[in-house]
Amino acid sequence: MAIQFYLNGELRQVASVAPTTTVLDYLRDHAGLPGTKEGCAEGDCGACTIVVADTIDGRPDYQAVNSCLLMLPQLDGKHVFTVEGVADAKGPLDPVQSALVESDGTQCGFCTPGFVMSLFALRHSEEEITEDVIHDALAGNLCRCTGYRPIVEAARDSCGGVGDPKPLEAVTTNDAYSLDGQMFFAPSRFEDMIQMCAAHPDAHLLGGGTDLGILVSKERQPLETVIHTARIPELNIIEEDDSALTLGAAVTYSRALPYIERLYPSFAAMIKRIGSRQIRNVGTIGGNIGNASPIGDTPPCLIALDATLVLASKSGERDIAIENFFLDYRKTDLRPGEFIKSIRIPKLTEDQEFRTYKISKRYDQDISAVIGAYRLDISGDTVAEARIVYGGMAATPKRAPACEAALSGQVWTVDSAVSAAAKVGEDYAPISDHRASRQYRLKIAGNLFLRLYRDLSGEDQALEVMAL
Amino acid sequence: MMDGRADIVGAAHANVRHDSARKHVTGEAIYIDDMPSLPGTLETALVISPHAHAAVKSIHIENALAQSGVRAVLTADDVPGKNDIAPIFTDEPLLADAVAEYAGHPVAIVAAETFDQALAAAQLVQVDYKELAPVLKIAEALKKKQFTYNPPTVERGDPDGALAKAAHRISGEFACGGQDHFYLEANIALAVPAEDQDITVYSSTQHPTEVQHGVAHVLGVPSNAVTVEVRRMGGGFGGKESQPTIIAGLAALVAAKTGRPAKLRLRRDDDMIVTGKRHDYEFTYDVGFDDEGRIDGIDIGMAMRSGNVADLSSGVMARTLCHGDNCYYLPNVRFRGYPCKTNTVSNTAFRGFGGPQGMLVIETILEHIAHNLGKSLDELRAVNYYGVDERNVTPYGQTVSDNIIVELVERLTQEIDFEGRQNAIAKFNSENDILKKGIALMPIKFGISFNMPALNQAGALVHVYTDGSVHLNHGGTEMGQGLFTKVAQVVATVFQIDIDNIKISSTRTDKVPNTSATAASAGSDLNGMAAFDAADKIKKRMTRIAASHFGVDEAEIEFRQNSVYAGNQSLTFAELAQKTWQERESLSATGYYQTPDIHWDPISCTGSPFYYFSYGVAVSEVVIDTLTGESRTLKTDILQDCGKSLNPTVDYGQIEGAFIQGMGWLTSEELVWDDRGHLLTHGPSTYKIPGSRDVPPDFNIHILEDAPNRVPTIFRSKAIGEPPLMLAISVWLAIRDAVRRSTPASRKFPNLNTPATPEAILRAVDEMREGA
Repeated sequence: MAIQFYLNGELRQVASVAPTTTVLDYLRDHAGLPGTKEGCAEGDCGACTIVVADTIDGRPDYQAVNSCLLMLPQLDGKHVFTVEGVADAKGPLDPVQSALVESDGTQCGFCTPGFVMSLFALRHSEEEITEDVIHDALAGNLCRCTGYRPIVEAARDSCGGVGDPKPLEAVTTNDAYSLDGQMFFAPSRFEDMIQMCAAHPDAHLLGGGTDLGILVSKERQPLETVIHTARIPELNIIEEDDSALTLGAAVTYSRALPYIERLYPSFAAMIKRIGSRQIRNVGTIGGNIGNASPIGDTPPCLIALDATLVLASKSGERDIAIENFFLDYRKTDLRPGEFIKSIRIPKLTEDQEFRTYKISKRYDQDISAVIGAYRLDISGDTVAEARIVYGGMAATPKRAPACEAALSGQVWTVDSAVSAAAKVGEDYAPISDHRASRQYRLKIAGNLFLRLYRDLSGEDQALEVMAL
Repeated sequence: MMDGRADIVGAAHANVRHDSARKHVTGEAIYIDDMPSLPGTLETALVISPHAHAAVKSIHIENALAQSGVRAVLTADDVPGKNDIAPIFTDEPLLADAVAEYAGHPVAIVAAETFDQALAAAQLVQVDYKELAPVLKIAEALKKKQFTYNPPTVERGDPDGALAKAAHRISGEFACGGQDHFYLEANIALAVPAEDQDITVYSSTQHPTEVQHGVAHVLGVPSNAVTVEVRRMGGGFGGKESQPTIIAGLAALVAAKTGRPAKLRLRRDDDMIVTGKRHDYEFTYDVGFDDEGRIDGIDIGMAMRSGNVADLSSGVMARTLCHGDNCYYLPNVRFRGYPCKTNTVSNTAFRGFGGPQGMLVIETILEHIAHNLGKSLDELRAVNYYGVDERNVTPYGQTVSDNIIVELVERLTQEIDFEGRQNAIAKFNSENDILKKGIALMPIKFGISFNMPALNQAGALVHVYTDGSVHLNHGGTEMGQGLFTKVAQVVATVFQIDIDNIKISSTRTDKVPNTSATAASAGSDLNGMAAFDAADKIKKRMTRIAASHFGVDEAEIEFRQNSVYAGNQSLTFAELAQKTWQERESLSATGYYQTPDIHWDPISCTGSPFYYFSYGVAVSEVVIDTLTGESRTLKTDILQDCGKSLNPTVDYGQIEGAFIQGMGWLTSEELVWDDRGHLLTHGPSTYKIPGSRDVPPDFNIHILEDAPNRVPTIFRSKAIGEPPLMLAISVWLAIRDAVRRSTPASRKFPNLNTPATPEAILRAVDEMREGA
């Protein structure tokens, strides 16, 4: 039961490396490729960035990912590129490499391989290259020497217009990989997933691994059983009907983003501030819900949008409103052997407005101190219904009944926004931690109603300025 | 001294690319963890104290030792030499002995065949601690007079008298936060034992000689038994000046005890928890001034968090004491330094080395005076700047003889229409109630040389081979700052050969001994001069051989474009090298340099410690959101003095990088400890250094032209590593300006310490409103 993938153009079969080995450790310790660096082992610095390519809708798709958070069997069937493989050994450099040299974009050089790979992915994307897209593509790479300006310049000079990349060889995949009692399942049939979850109720469900990966990368835990959800068609659906968007639980942020951008633009703007491209390319919305963190960024939005989860297990499927899913700190309504199958997000009606705001120490790739999500039904000038949810304010993402009550039935004015703000203290008793104090959390949770008011009146400038 | 010329590739003053740039982008550049593993190499993991202050009663290693693959568990008892790695003072143990003094203090090291085995076994080392009361706050240590060394004071004139007589007198307090270096490559060392107790240590260090001394002390061997090598670091920023001795000392201990190569690579969280950072400070001030705001008397208490031991704190404090004046003449002055001993990790060198903290407090005081008199900060500066011929002696007694700050300020403010920008900002603010803009200028004067005169020396070793290729070695280390490139330019210029002919080699203590740290911005000043000396010695010998070969006077020999000329006769450089060998003349030389004209008395804190000053000025414009406290730097303009730059490309990169690093220190980078002394922000998920989007979208940097150093430094260049970091204070001052402008009616002086996080900014804005 080997796994197979192309590494820098060469087919590799791996059968004797532990399944929870990180791709970073595999590259450095087993494959003899030390160009990829460990800077943090938590997916935040980007020094370990590699590119994983796959054929999507008939076209090669190159995605930057953090190799420190990826488990080796996640490469099965893929094409993998590292800094050593983007150019021929003795041949000319890849355009992104030349551009980084020409712009003097390297100083100590330790972060450089990661930047090369993020730019390599960007060069192969079909995006129009703007300053915003460049920052978006680089948000997951930290450099402590250059001050970034020359790296951004290299991106401008080398990315965009790669044309049609060469088709990728198909690679056969394997549904299971095990070694020394450790098991890694990557089922491709929904039925198999149901059976496996029933047989291994304690197994770790792996979507992209951007959270679970920490356990192997930093905590060095040899996980016994892992079930990877990426290959199950039912978990990868994106369906849209007249009333809702349905996302399979294994849909990555990156895949969902265009749909969300069209239907809930404010939600999409916030998703772009979740982690980095490296994270969003593998991280899943189902995972963000399933790990039930009080500071996850999508649950407040999904609760405000009144989303419903479909949970599946051997005993069948059931629907649950996402606001009832989170029971306590990192505790959910999932039963043993049960998993999230999909998320159904109602579309906004003509009278509904949805906005979300995230406050953190750094604009990109930071964890929220507070996130507010608001769906207002405004008929005429009156708030018919308000669904207001904050993250970072309690042990779970949680609605704000007092704030909602203060708004419901009121004329939507700056005064009603202020009166809702005054109720935040009735709804939440946040803690002080390294991200923010209790007082600050309460204060801005209230102040965000004023931002909301401005925003809905088309007068807000803060969002644009802070995103510069 | 000759000047650089441009008829070769890579001469002094040319824009020469970093020598490793191509290797950086292909992944071929080798860092210590990338070196091919030697057979039998042991991996290691640390056992660290979970308590900020605890007696170590006993350590039980049996369970750990019994684990598969584990080869050694070593504690303080296993140190064969002295358990002391203090860089300046003594009694700074490698491994905590009777007492652990901070949460993160290494207590034992576990060595095993694999890293995971070592890590798992480290969890099984049982340490019995008896918790002791910790001192976690600067103020608490200050109150208890608990210091890591004797508090120093700079004093001149009669500050008390001047304060008593002053027309106006105000007092206040101010605090600035620390900063983690966050070099992308965490601390690492690989120790390889050899015969006769010899050991070679590959260390990611800015200071190979100190690692050599530390390892020798720990192992109880003479310095000649220890060789330290470093080719490159993945960033240093001061964090690899003294701290690598801990890492290398531990790796060497394992290697010496087991007879096997041993590697200690700190993971990011351990690096942040175990090793030191920039010192945070708490200041109190009392200042007297006239109606114009001219300072007559000033007294500042400067209390630093030294941490559990002194480490380099005395040097850092000396630089704070020497930069509390920044660009301003302070006739009657007292700066009281307090190196507070706390049960937190010992703070250490960080780019600027105490200078930035000193500048922050004096700028705060000037702003406070301006506020008090209803003047602008720049009006206050104008009456307080050092004069050129008078009012030009620093509090510690050095005459400022190269002052160009007023000229720099005038050039930049005119260039960017500072006044017009201020008006535009006032207009913006009058039209916007939530977003508020601010703008501020920051002038800097930074002293160049190590405060301690003995450190201002350097050595180099140059070989010319008979094919004309050159091997260059010097005491400086490469951490990304382009030092190796700059020193190679010096040698290329001396020999007038293309820089490609010069092999840049790893820094090694067996090639150039007794070196100073690559620090204090002085790397190219010191090592460039030493390499010049070495190359020049060889050139003189080659000149003699050439003169005899051509039958001309030595004065007629000219090195030019990879050749050597006597009138219209010539030899290639390689041919002359071959001839020099045939004539039995040495083609190898050591070079040496000591910085002239400097002296410093650390007891009285007086002297002339700096060979010269480096100047710069920046203006930054920011916007803040008064609902959330979020801020954004919109535009920065910099004019920086580099003397006659050795390499403008490299200097430009230093200016940009230092500025952004300084901006991070003052805005988003917040170190948070809990009330038991545990660092809560110990990885990039919680500690936020700037990302690409945080760079000002409009960012303009100019290097001052036609400004050769007035003293004869290497090709009249100036140091550049640290000074621009302090230009980022313009961002913080601009945020304060925006806070003030958020409530024009307020009589309150903005209360905003650093870092100016969204939370801190919002609190300051709200306080201003309450004061309105």
